[in-house]
Amino acid sequence: MSILVNKASRVVCQGLTGRQGSFHTEHCIEYGTQVVAGVTPGRGGETHLGLPVFNSTHDAVRNEGVTVSMIYVPAAFAADAILEAADAGIEIIVCITEGIPVLDMVRVKAGLQDYTCRLIGPNCPGIITPGEAKIGIMPGFIHQPGRIGVISRSGTLTYEAVYQTTTNGLGQSTCVGIGGDPVRGMDFIDCLELFEQDPATEGIIMVGEIGGTDEEQAARYIKDHVSKPVVSYIAGVTAPPGKRMGHAGAIISGGEGTADAKFAALESAGVRTVRSPAELGSAMLDLLA
Amino acid sequence: MNLHEYQAKSLFDRYGIPVSRGLVAATPAEARQAAETLGGAVWVVKAQVHAGGRGKAGGVKLARSPEEVAAAAEAMLGQRLVTKQTDAEGLPISQVFVEMGSDIARELYLSIVVDRGAERITFMGSAAGGMDIEEVAAATPEKIFTVTVNPGAGLQPYQTRKLGFGMGLSGAQLRQFGDICTRLYRLFDECDLSLVEINPLIVDAEGAVVALDAKINVEANALFRQPELLKLRDITQEDEMESRAAEHDLNYVSLDGNIACMVNGAGLAMATMDLIQLHGGTPANFLDVGGGATPERVAEAFKLILSNPAVKAILVNIFGGIVRCDLIAEGIIQAVREVNVSVPVVARLEGTNVEKGRSLLADSGLAIVAADDLTDAARKVVAAAAA
Repeated sequence: MSILVNKASRVVCQGLTGRQGSFHTEHCIEYGTQVVAGVTPGRGGETHLGLPVFNSTHDAVRNEGVTVSMIYVPAAFAADAILEAADAGIEIIVCITEGIPVLDMVRVKAGLQDYTCRLIGPNCPGIITPGEAKIGIMPGFIHQPGRIGVISRSGTLTYEAVYQTTTNGLGQSTCVGIGGDPVRGMDFIDCLELFEQDPATEGIIMVGEIGGTDEEQAARYIKDHVSKPVVSYIAGVTAPPGKRMGHAGAIISGGEGTADAKFAALESAGVRTVRSPAELGSAMLDLLA
Repeated sequence: MNLHEYQAKSLFDRYGIPVSRGLVAATPAEARQAAETLGGAVWVVKAQVHAGGRGKAGGVKLARSPEEVAAAAEAMLGQRLVTKQTDAEGLPISQVFVEMGSDIARELYLSIVVDRGAERITFMGSAAGGMDIEEVAAATPEKIFTVTVNPGAGLQPYQTRKLGFGMGLSGAQLRQFGDICTRLYRLFDECDLSLVEINPLIVDAEGAVVALDAKINVEANALFRQPELLKLRDITQEDEMESRAAEHDLNYVSLDGNIACMVNGAGLAMATMDLIQLHGGTPANFLDVGGGATPERVAEAFKLILSNPAVKAILVNIFGGIVRCDLIAEGIIQAVREVNVSVPVVARLEGTNVEKGRSLLADSGLAIVAADDLTDAARKVVAAAAA
């Protein structure tokens, strides 16, 4: 078992014929993901990487029965791509694109209220169910099918958590990169809820960072609704206030969003926190022992 | 990207939002000329820097003659202004804004941001203008009124009335305020802003509602479609290292420690700083070389961190996902050879092509300390910096 995606997921890549789309889709296919179509407006009817290219996501849904979309279109056009996917009836939209204007995402989030789909990202590495489906830019080979659900706002920190749980033999059920933007799709709570229900997931690693209050809200949710052990790390203890640390959403403003406040909230909810990201795997092993 | 007050006010003016009249000046003579052009008997000379807290720091002066205006400008121009929002170095003053004095009856506060919880544009108003709004929020949160705007429907009159009544406005002022809010919403939306702050928004002696100050931040991700606003960028107000980094597509933030770090990924870059501190060191910077790092970019990153004289040791921490460790290793070797690296370098590589990357470093003949894992890397670099 897993959450959201598995080997049966039929995936379309929006922006397939672009450099990013081509490069990463090739790796996804290599991993075993069922990528079965691409969308590039104006290039419908062509074949790219052996896949049929459609003019619209609607055509891809109609012809190939895709239910998951992976988006690599440039930031200026990504909001449109997300809403097109939603309108086409895609169930899970994974948007990798970095640098989407925040007001575009404000409009996208309001627009998505008309649909029941789930959005992962933007500005994220994507989602992977090890051994079944890799939908995104993460290095497949560090993963191993297993017992731990991973949720993270950061790409490379996800890889750290994954690598450690692969090395110590726990493996991962599904890993979701929810992205580093301030306005985004699925949040920690959405993923926690799914991992709590997933029988294959025995423990959850949650990697947060400075900015916003999502970790604090997740802490309250964990206290009331999550029975599985949770290990958490928050990046940015040393980050100065008012400075954006790479991710658009990683900023302490008006005294809100500090790592200390997040650590405190998680600890009071009974979450096992670690002050070094190097201890994520060992702490989880310890809790499951 | 921050705008100067005079730039923000000119943008306000273009959207029909009333501002106090003023002119920008780069020399004392221009400042005197500005005062004479504006007319009146009282002027305010305001240092144009990208930081708040100017008044208390001596960056806002009242003048009662064009000569006093020139003298105030003379005292500010060419200096650096240190406020509670700047670092100890302060920011250079290369322009002043000469403004007609206003007769203030009331001072209000108004700001607009994208609220990340609500995921919408949010207006925040308070009758407690001219004060530090964070202090007001902490001490008397009931004095702050907020409304969030549905992007489909737009800002509605009932919302501006809610703010206006909350801020103690009525009659003609309430109507003026509603009009100002509607125009500000259009400005915020059309210009892709991430912050507008007016502190204070005043009611003057004649009963007119006027923006006496204006702070605007344009969202960085949207600058590609705001070419007119991009022209207003003033790099003299930005950290020099950070601007240089941006030219090479590197994400850099200056810190005051002595261990430089070079990392791929923003989260891991922050975590690396935290690890250095956890092991008793102090980070000199945040640096994310990004997912698509090339040897050239790594070499640039090296040059950048080495131009900080405080740096005593360097930690390279790479988890190769998209980026391959052997490419990173080539970049490190290239940089260490090109630039005269006189401080110890500790490198931790993991991920794609890690073996190839490690052996490239080992065979380079350069004094690069290899680390086995995150903890080992942090310990080694902290020890190297202390030696």
